[in-house]
Amino acid sequence: MVGIIGAGSLLASFLLTVMCLNQVGASGPIQSTLYHFMSIDRLSLDFGFLVDQLSVWMMMIITGVGFLIHVYSIGYMHDDEGFYKFFAYLNLFVFSMLLLVMGDNFLMLFFGWEGVGLCSYLLIGFWYTNRDYGTAARKAFIMNRVGDLGLLLGMFFIIKTFGSLAYKDVFAQLAGADPAMVTVICLLLFVGAMGKSAQIPLYTWLPDAMAGPTPVSALIHAATMVTAGVYLVTRCNGLFSMSPDAMHVVAIVGLVTAVFTAIIGLRQNDIKKVLAYSTVSQLGLMFLSLGMGAYVSAMFHVTTHAFFKALLFLSAGSVIHGMGGEQDIRNMGGLRKYMPVTFWVFLIGTFAISGFPLLSGFFSKDEIFANTYAHGGAIWWAMASVSAVLTAVYMCRLLYVTFFGEFRGTEEQRHHIHESPSVMTIPLMVLAVLSVVGGLLNTPHFMHLPGSQWMAHWLAGNGVNGTPIVPMAEVHLSASTEWSLMSFTTALALLVIVALYFVYGKVANLPVSDQKQTGFTKVVANKFYVDELYNSLFVKPTEALSKFLYQYADIQGVDGVVNGVGTGVSKLGAIFRRLQNGNIEYYLIGMVVGAALLFLTIFI
Amino acid sequence: MLEIIKTVPIEYYLLYSTVLFCIGVFGVLTRRNAIIVLMCVELMLNAVNLLLAAFSTYLGDAQGQIMVFFIMVVAAAEAAVGLGILVMIYRNTKSTDISLLDRLRN
Repeated sequence: MVGIIGAGSLLASFLLTVMCLNQVGASGPIQSTLYHFMSIDRLSLDFGFLVDQLSVWMMMIITGVGFLIHVYSIGYMHDDEGFYKFFAYLNLFVFSMLLLVMGDNFLMLFFGWEGVGLCSYLLIGFWYTNRDYGTAARKAFIMNRVGDLGLLLGMFFIIKTFGSLAYKDVFAQLAGADPAMVTVICLLLFVGAMGKSAQIPLYTWLPDAMAGPTPVSALIHAATMVTAGVYLVTRCNGLFSMSPDAMHVVAIVGLVTAVFTAIIGLRQNDIKKVLAYSTVSQLGLMFLSLGMGAYVSAMFHVTTHAFFKALLFLSAGSVIHGMGGEQDIRNMGGLRKYMPVTFWVFLIGTFAISGFPLLSGFFSKDEIFANTYAHGGAIWWAMASVSAVLTAVYMCRLLYVTFFGEFRGTEEQRHHIHESPSVMTIPLMVLAVLSVVGGLLNTPHFMHLPGSQWMAHWLAGNGVNGTPIVPMAEVHLSASTEWSLMSFTTALALLVIVALYFVYGKVANLPVSDQKQTGFTKVVANKFYVDELYNSLFVKPTEALSKFLYQYADIQGVDGVVNGVGTGVSKLGAIFRRLQNGNIEYYLIGMVVGAALLFLTIFI
Repeated sequence: MLEIIKTVPIEYYLLYSTVLFCIGVFGVLTRRNAIIVLMCVELMLNAVNLLLAAFSTYLGDAQGQIMVFFIMVVAAAEAAVGLGILVMIYRNTKSTDISLLDRLRN
């Protein structure tokens, strides 16, 4: 029943979003102000919604993929005692996410931003009785706070520069703005995006966030919430386009994140951790694309990534479900025979993310690479291709180790393995279809396929200001260059897919335990010791400072004053207590003397 | 009759009641026998009564005398209750010493 309400409300939102989509397509952006929120000096803040081509695009992803994940959750969470709580949190998350993308000003975006942060915290720590999970939730929350501070400061600077937080007003005044100020604003907004979208240096929370239930990882930490940063930058593309320096920073951070986390992903043995690092890496690619000025390509990759990464996470969840909670791929193997549906959809997801021709990831990644080549040059393109090859490597490793070869788990697990119920497999199949055809939303010009650059045209529609919401990136490359770039990356991906089959088909090449790793692979398996570095750089000093403050400022300072007042009063009481000795004569004398004094003062 | 009373100056009444009142206060403060304490309280009340009656007569206002009757009634009730308590105390302690009353303290 709870599941029906939870998923049904999402279905209803999805249908309403489709109606919005039609209306936006027919008559342009819808804007409505619910009420006036507050006024401070000349700054006026409204509680208003803006549904334009960009918002409605995000809403389609959120409600569409969200609905499938809700349906899946009914099966995945059916025997969890927190079933009701889970759907309440999940719906709250979707609400906040919609608020984030539908707001017509930065304040509304910030409300949603904080809302999804809260839901992320609640859902990562969903199984809160496990201490590690609680710590992971806290880590995510605190690292997001760092980014949120940047976003907040960025908003303050926007108020200072433009005198308003409404998108309409801010983007209308762009031409007259001080470029230095715009750079500061962009960098601060990007800090916010780094936190939410897990970019270097604020990415370590996302792999830990896998502590939450798998549908949560799919919905929040792959498909929607982590793309909020991409949405923010895309929304503010006018600001970013004014500041080449900020764009450069975005591109560098994106590229470094894409490559760095892809390397870490190579040596992870937890099925969800691999996907988590893959998500960070893909987000890095999106930011690279944003930094290259290819906003549409980034949004396109957000869309296809939402499809295939949700698919991958949910099928990983199906594996975990079937294995009775096992997450280590070294204890899996040969699952192809036991879980055929999960295997096929996982295969599609893997091929889609690796860039197998004509699947969704192929188109979106190719667009990013073409833009990188056109705007950044060959070196940037080569680096991005490295990350793409690494992506193919770790994804295929995951696929082959998990589903091929012999089963390596315990006998007990072998008996337990079962294909997931249809309430879980049907959403998987729908997502698999989307992962296959999702690329057709925005096929490149030079291939002359149906739907050529459809999404780019859609997003380039006029917004409330009468200017394009997301201007189309201009790629000045000849068709032959684009063909050769595409063929090169595709050939690499195919090569990896085939080669890894032979590498991980053999028992000798199975991943070994972390203790047996040596040299560079050991460093990679330990995630470059970034967590340890952060621990000693930030966590330990903070804890030491807290201890110091607790010892001296709290116990001796604050408690000292409070207890001092208490002790003082009781000592004073002990002095006055002697007057109350219970002897009536004393009382009477006191009374008489008092009365006499009273009369004396009155009459004399 | 009124004239005869008025031959005594009001200051004498004032002085007399003050002395009477102070004797009462002194008795209450110094004596330990509860009966004597009660008697001294009566003395104080009567000093006030006398003063009220005197002023009432001099000013030709009957309200003061009404107050005197009122005080007498209250004093009678107080004496009745006070002596009743005293009887109970005496039965329990075989003494009428008021300094023993502090045993209610704890």
